[in-house]
Order: sequence, then structure tokens, then C-alpha cells
Amino acid sequence: MMEPAAYLLLSGILFGIGVVGVVARKNVLIILMSVEIMLNGVNVAFIAVGSQLGDVTGSVFAFMVMTVAAAEAAVGLAILIAIYRLKETIDITELSVLKW
Amino acid sequence: MEQILFIIFGAIAVGGAIMVVTRRHPMASALYLILTLFAVAALFVLRQAHFLAAIQVIVYAGAVVVLFIFVIMLINVPENKLPVERATGLRLLGIIAAGMFILEAALLIRRFVMPPGTGADAGSIQAVGRALFTDYLLAFEITSVLLLAAVVGAIALAKKKD
Repeated sequence: MMEPAAYLLLSGILFGIGVVGVVARKNVLIILMSVEIMLNGVNVAFIAVGSQLGDVTGSVFAFMVMTVAAAEAAVGLAILIAIYRLKETIDITELSVLKW
Repeated sequence: MEQILFIIFGAIAVGGAIMVVTRRHPMASALYLILTLFAVAALFVLRQAHFLAAIQVIVYAGAVVVLFIFVIMLINVPENKLPVERATGLRLLGIIAAGMFILEAALLIRRFVMPPGTGADAGSIQAVGRALFTDYLLAFEITSVLLLAAVVGAIALAKKKD
């Protein structure tokens, strides 16, 4: 198996692309998808190092990350549906009632 | 051979991720997200983590993204009402933040020496299953409670109040 260094760099790149999506986009759906990209980047790092060290903890932790990501996507989308029913918009700059 | 496959699937994953972040219509982003998730599953297979690759395809690409697509179609924002993405300073800040993350990852990798691979079986379904039900049993049971909470919460938040 090859060295995990390249996998860690790929993990960082995926995480960075997810960060750009969360910070720079206004569509709430695309922000939620960018969070999923970030979580996938983290999973790549977990699996790469876990398989290099022969430790099953990497796989177990990535499994937990996937579970939490699925739960969080479900609840986030439910919140989005409730907000859309109320305000008829998915633009995050208009959902600023809690801002100071 | 492994390097070539890594470069191919890594390029597909990064290209798909960039397309997710830059499309205007969320449905196009969802389809590119599926492409990215499949490429990441292929990378998992390259690291001999077959169980996680299968779970990635079944759960992530097969349930989470399908949920996204359901919500996109349910909300059904018409094309002319999609949020207008002006080029604000936030875009540049986002790219700078991402650049810093990638630079940090690259610098850490240069300093960080990994021990040589042990070749032990760390990703097969037997190994992960045994670990999930012995060492990590508490975490496993707690995630089942977490999923129950997510299901109840999602239904309570999204149902019509009448």
C-alpha cells in the first residue's frame, strides 16, 4: 500500500473545497452539501491513516462520522423545509433574524 | 498501479467537489456530489477498507443525497428565484481559508513520518463488525439513539402544523 501522505493531502483539499462552499455560497442546500464534502474529506483521512497503522479504530470512527453526518443532514433539511414554509426563501442572507 | 488509481479517483473527487460548490442549481450540485462520493468510495477500496466503501455508497450516496434530492424537488424553487450569488468579499475569504487549510495539511505531511504499514486487516467487515460489537459497543448503541432522535426531530420539524 502506498504512503498515506497523498491521501492526507487529498483530505485537506476536499475539506478546503467544502469550506469554500460553506463560506461563499448563499443557497442553503449547497451549504449543506458542502458540509457533506467536508465530512467526506475527514473520512478519507481517517481511513488512510487507520489502514496504514492496521488499526480498526479508523474505520470505526469513519463509520461514526458517516452516521452523524446522515443524522445531521436529515435534521438540517427538515429545518430548511420548515423555514421555507415560513419565509419562502432559501437565501441564507435573508435568514438573519438572530443576527445582532 | 495504486498511484495511478489514486490520482484518477482523487482527481474525480476533487473535480466533483469543485463542481458541487460552483453550480447555480442545487440539483446539479447534488448530482456532482454523488460523483464525489463514489470517487471517495473508490479511494476507500484502494485502502482495503471494503466495508466503509460499501457503507459510503449505500448510506451516503444512496440515502443522504437522495434525501437532498427529495428536498430540492419538494421545495421546488423556480429558476428565477434562486439566490443571486454576487461576488462579495466572502468568496475571497473562503478561498483564502481553504488555501490555508490545504497549506497546513501539506506542511504537516512533510514533517510527519508514518510508521511502515503493518498489513493488518483493518477494514474488512469482520474486523469492523467485531470492533463495533466489542470495543465500541457503547458508541454503536449511542449512535442508534442519535438516529432515533434525528428521525423524530426531522418529522417534528418538517410536518405540516394543522
